[in-house]
Amino acid sequence: MKARLLAPVAGLLTATMILAGCGAGGDRESDSGGDGGGASDVGVTEDTVTVGGHFPLTGVAAPGYSEIPTGAQAYFDYVNAAGGINGRQIEYIVKDDGYNPTNTSQVTNELVLQDEIFAMVGGLGTPTHSAVVDFLNSEGVPDLFVSSGSLQWGDDVESKPYTFGWQPDYEIEGKIIGQYIAENMPKAKVGLFLQDDDFGEDGEKGVRQYLDKQIVGVERYTSGNTDVGPQVAGLQAKGADLVIAFNTPAYTALTQLTSLALGYKPTWFYSNVGSDPQLVGSLLNRFSEGAVEGDNSSLNGVLTTEYIPGVDATDDPWVQLWQEVWDQEGEGGELTNYRIYGMSQAYAFVQALAAAGEDLTRDGLVEAVESFEDVTGPQLAPFRYSADSHMGISGMRVVELQNGKAEELTPVLVSDIGDAPIEEDSSDQASDAPPEGGIPDGS
Amino acid sequence: MNRLLDVWRHSVLGRHLLLAVIGLAVVVVVLEVVGDFRALQLAAMAYLGIAAGGLTVLTGINGQISLGHGALMAFGAYTTALLLDDPTGSMPISLVVLASTLVALAVGTAVGVAAARLHGPYLAGATLALAVAVPGIALYFGEFLGGEQGLRVSLPDVPTWALDLEYLLTGTEMSRSQYVAYLGWITLIVTFVLLANLARGRVGRRWRAVRDDEVSAELAGIRLGRARISAFMVSAAAAGAAGSVLAITARLAAPSGFTLVLSLTLLTAVVLGGLGYLSGALIGAGLLTFLPPFVTRIGGDAGLSDIRAAELAPLVYGLVMVLVILLAPAGLVGTTRMAMAERRARRQMAAAGKTDSPGTTHPQHDSNDENDPGTPQASGSTTSKGSTR
Repeated sequence: MKARLLAPVAGLLTATMILAGCGAGGDRESDSGGDGGGASDVGVTEDTVTVGGHFPLTGVAAPGYSEIPTGAQAYFDYVNAAGGINGRQIEYIVKDDGYNPTNTSQVTNELVLQDEIFAMVGGLGTPTHSAVVDFLNSEGVPDLFVSSGSLQWGDDVESKPYTFGWQPDYEIEGKIIGQYIAENMPKAKVGLFLQDDDFGEDGEKGVRQYLDKQIVGVERYTSGNTDVGPQVAGLQAKGADLVIAFNTPAYTALTQLTSLALGYKPTWFYSNVGSDPQLVGSLLNRFSEGAVEGDNSSLNGVLTTEYIPGVDATDDPWVQLWQEVWDQEGEGGELTNYRIYGMSQAYAFVQALAAAGEDLTRDGLVEAVESFEDVTGPQLAPFRYSADSHMGISGMRVVELQNGKAEELTPVLVSDIGDAPIEEDSSDQASDAPPEGGIPDGS
Repeated sequence: MNRLLDVWRHSVLGRHLLLAVIGLAVVVVVLEVVGDFRALQLAAMAYLGIAAGGLTVLTGINGQISLGHGALMAFGAYTTALLLDDPTGSMPISLVVLASTLVALAVGTAVGVAAARLHGPYLAGATLALAVAVPGIALYFGEFLGGEQGLRVSLPDVPTWALDLEYLLTGTEMSRSQYVAYLGWITLIVTFVLLANLARGRVGRRWRAVRDDEVSAELAGIRLGRARISAFMVSAAAAGAAGSVLAITARLAAPSGFTLVLSLTLLTAVVLGGLGYLSGALIGAGLLTFLPPFVTRIGGDAGLSDIRAAELAPLVYGLVMVLVILLAPAGLVGTTRMAMAERRARRQMAAAGKTDSPGTTHPQHDSNDENDPGTPQASGSTTSKGSTR
């Protein structure tokens, strides 16, 4: 039987070779025509520049986070309506990864290989983005302003030359929180409530630098497991009267409800990620099926941090700009802190585009961001970008929430990873204002 | 040509090998024509297809249900990630896939032993527990398995012989995406040939006998437990190979990639294509890979906002599922095959009616007609009875 098979099989294989030879030869040539100009100007034409990002638009992480790209889109539309940057309109492609790293990998393939984006802007999430960071760097795609405070985006420039963080990393957030408590509440018995990944780990590392001795208990939760009863009860049993929590907004609502049920009333100090009063309020209402009112006042007395002005700061010139942008270009609905986050990121990207100049290349863009010294922007503290560090915003201030408003408890404090000291910010970025017209120029 | 037809008619192995060669030829042609992104999408279709193929054998031919195949894929994926982590990259990729298959096979054996004692909803429950528990293992051993962020998979360079072969055949360089897609599809073809042969041979007949009637199967001397366990093992091995291809394609093995959703996706692929048909598993995998991005793109082009367009995909996915179940309850392939068999039977009946002299042979024809739709001769993998179960 084998002998009988051999001849036809050999014939078929030969036919395939010939077929393959024909098909490929033609296609390759037309392919190389597009790439001919060198990899550096993929996604850039005379009058457009195409960028993309991955966000959870559906699924459990979508509430809140799915609003970030709508804010960025609104700001890009605002810039485009004013003629774009260096004559180029910004085209922004958003892909849904449902906060699943396997999907992130697929949609990033689509963005880079099919849509041929010039740069990734604001890709969201630590587990999700870490799935594609190597790919983006090996393809030489600028990977600007990752929407996550993990250290890995900025602390290893050599292995990730194209990736830049944006928000303050969780370690300096932990340090600033730790120092504030050590100085202002030296008697507090501190409990830690941490997400069991980089987020919680980096935060804990920072906190322990300043109040290792005050910590009486540490509890961790796995994202996705919605029962935090054991953890909250554990902190209660240890007698913690102040809980520092590095968690996502859903877990802010869950810990609030659980501690309410247990009659546990510590002072809560949530990291910036988990403290949006609007979103937590609506989640509280939903999780308790209406039993808890869930308006802006539900997080009254909670401590947190902030690094960009939020919707509550209606007097801030940046927030006024965002409101104007949203009224003009937004797709309906309220201006929220998540939309402001997206706009602030988009503003930084537009600054980078403007600084990279007329002859836009990927490496040129990276160089432009690395020399981002003293740029003004909505961020309260300056960026730390340089040729050796791609870490983002350098600091934040501690605030207390009252009826959805953030009341300042400290001036803006800046620091860096490792044992860099915490200092008061001297750049005065917190009181700057956007340029006339709301669009940054090249310098 | 006559010889080919001869092989097609008389040798099962020959037929499967011929199909494999034709399949390989199609794969080569397609992968040489499409760009990098499509190649990676095809690789994704391949891993869904491999796992769905294994599942369709288990569910369609042996009658066991598994909600835990996504978890079995996780074992394959993590094995691949750990083996490829070795910076020297000395291990050939084919051995990595094989090792991943063996690890999943071992796990599948353990699960299979338990599963063989369970039926219907209890089996579904037990495998569901697997799907829920396995991602937790990666979190528990976070130091070793990377926790929530998982393990990144660094694909070794395309081996020189593959580059040379590609250059010899087409005169072009092989990109990494192409290499990954070739790896996926060659794995798929090998797996499908093995599965098809098993299903058509003695082992497959035993599996079917156990599915159709336990008592008669036992009376015929078939050990129920052994048949069930072997079916689960084969199916788990396929899931392991699929997991390995997934890890290489996605460049990542992370717990959130192997949730219950993946297991249900595999079942969906099997049901869409038709229970018990390998070709159905492939078609189902293709639909699940290409439909969502296609729908999202159409939604975006039609002027929907990004969020609305993204929400369109699950909606259309659900609608397609409902439509298939309403209009083609045996799945796309199953229903087509049944319709074809019915038409053939009708034609035969008509032909028989014309040529036969009345009276003498009628009873015989009646019995033929009843048999024909039930056992489509050329279908090769299962009876229509199985496909509706």
